[in-house]
Amino acid sequence: MLKIENLNVWFGSGRDRVNAVQNANFAVKSGASFGLVGESGSGKSTILRAIMGLTKNWSGKVYVDGTQTSIKKHNSFYKTVQMVFQDPYASLHPRHSVDQVLGETLYLHGFQDIDARVVHLLDDVGLEAKFRFRYPHQLSGGQRQRVAIARALAPEPKVLLLDEPTSALDVSVQAEILNLLSDLRSRNSLTYIMVSHDLAVVSHMCESLAVMKDSEIVEIMDVSTLRNSKACHPYSQQLLLASI
Amino acid sequence: MTLLDVKDLWVKFPTHQGLFEAVRGVSFTLGRERLAIVGESGSGKSMTGRAILRLIRPPGVVTADRISLEGVNLLHKTEREMRDVRGQKISMVMQDPKFSLNPVMTIGQQIIEAYRLHSNATKSEAYEKSIEMLEAVSIRDQKRVMRAYPHEMSGGMGQRIMIAMMLIPDPEILIADEPTSALDVSVQRQVLSIIDSLVKERGMGLIFISHDLNLVTDFCDRVLIMYAGRIVEVCDAKNLHKAKHPYTQGLLNSLPKLHDPQKRLEVLNRDPAWSTVASISGRI
Repeated sequence: MLKIENLNVWFGSGRDRVNAVQNANFAVKSGASFGLVGESGSGKSTILRAIMGLTKNWSGKVYVDGTQTSIKKHNSFYKTVQMVFQDPYASLHPRHSVDQVLGETLYLHGFQDIDARVVHLLDDVGLEAKFRFRYPHQLSGGQRQRVAIARALAPEPKVLLLDEPTSALDVSVQAEILNLLSDLRSRNSLTYIMVSHDLAVVSHMCESLAVMKDSEIVEIMDVSTLRNSKACHPYSQQLLLASI
Repeated sequence: MTLLDVKDLWVKFPTHQGLFEAVRGVSFTLGRERLAIVGESGSGKSMTGRAILRLIRPPGVVTADRISLEGVNLLHKTEREMRDVRGQKISMVMQDPKFSLNPVMTIGQQIIEAYRLHSNATKSEAYEKSIEMLEAVSIRDQKRVMRAYPHEMSGGMGQRIMIAMMLIPDPEILIADEPTSALDVSVQRQVLSIIDSLVKERGMGLIFISHDLNLVTDFCDRVLIMYAGRIVEVCDAKNLHKAKHPYTQGLLNSLPKLHDPQKRLEVLNRDPAWSTVASISGRI
């Protein structure tokens, strides 16, 4: 579904150049869920941003659904890939109601039956109809993240990029959102790439994962390998120790 | 020995919908121990910490039978007297170093200022002491760090600098309000072990405010669990997984477990009765 070859991402130029991602390679099968873990600054979010086209300075090859994407994205790309961001407090426009947020997204993607779709989307993410005309400040963190997920689902994508979708939330709310994401994946046969610093969350959500350190992927393994503490790279072992 | 004794603490804020009670009748004592306060956001745990230092400003209202520090009631102190308590007797480490350090002062200036406010030390003495404190929180290359500005520091370093600043006047009690939640897992442990060793060495009392139950079990002696402004359960940290209150159990069960995979995570079902039951006392 999604394949990345020799991805390099950098910021700045000359002596200020920072190589944020170096030589990243991985592939995710259709319907699978893939995790990216590592400490902050290791480049895991940058990979998602590069796939999404939010960062322009990258080289390498990104294949989505068999076709190679270029730096300039075509509209059809955004119908296939969507992203959910970390902080639901920052990723929703404070002066747009839930209806406007979802309606505008649907309009931009050229849907006709916007009204029916907004109702359907809210239902999909487990929000009651009364939330439709509320503003973000009238919602709790968990409800906002549900709106952000609904917005990502609006163009009916096949791939969702999840950038720490629950790290700003309480554990009880985290459980609800993770359950919602699992349900949506099986119902809509979505493919997930999930960034997290929490190994327990990644092992719950994903089948395989990549460990990143200092802008490089140091190890790719199955979750069962992780569970049996059979990680090979010393950094993965260290990460595992820190999270028990 | 009891360092801090809080009895029947209430924190209220007037709103358009009437009086909002953020903390509702909380009582606890703190000895030379590591006491954790856990709960979800909005449960009133941070407000409890702030109320102890009298940091809640009008229109917020704090009432209590007493908040006494070594037998002296803090509620009767004037604002001027409180300034001697803050920092010197009770220190607080805030959540995010990015918002708590002054961005236009060097680290050195800030630590030296914090120290000289509470003692009559000369500049050079304060400088020596600051270097010493930075060393105590395992920061290498202290002289460079003293010259640096906060934006040149990583999150973990910033938090350690905050801890150094808070510990320099040698307080009796440290209130740490989510000191590690802005940090990476690997750095978290490091910061915690620094706080831990300092608390042990100096025999301080620690109030550790956190939402992370696993962290608290490893790190603290006693745990107060707060829900909707009240303490719903008090237990020893090592017995936290045997907690009886359905709220505590719900929080524990909603965590994904690395070595015990489940198909679905358990979701907390909130019982409206939890918020009406009177607060449990955390006094010993």
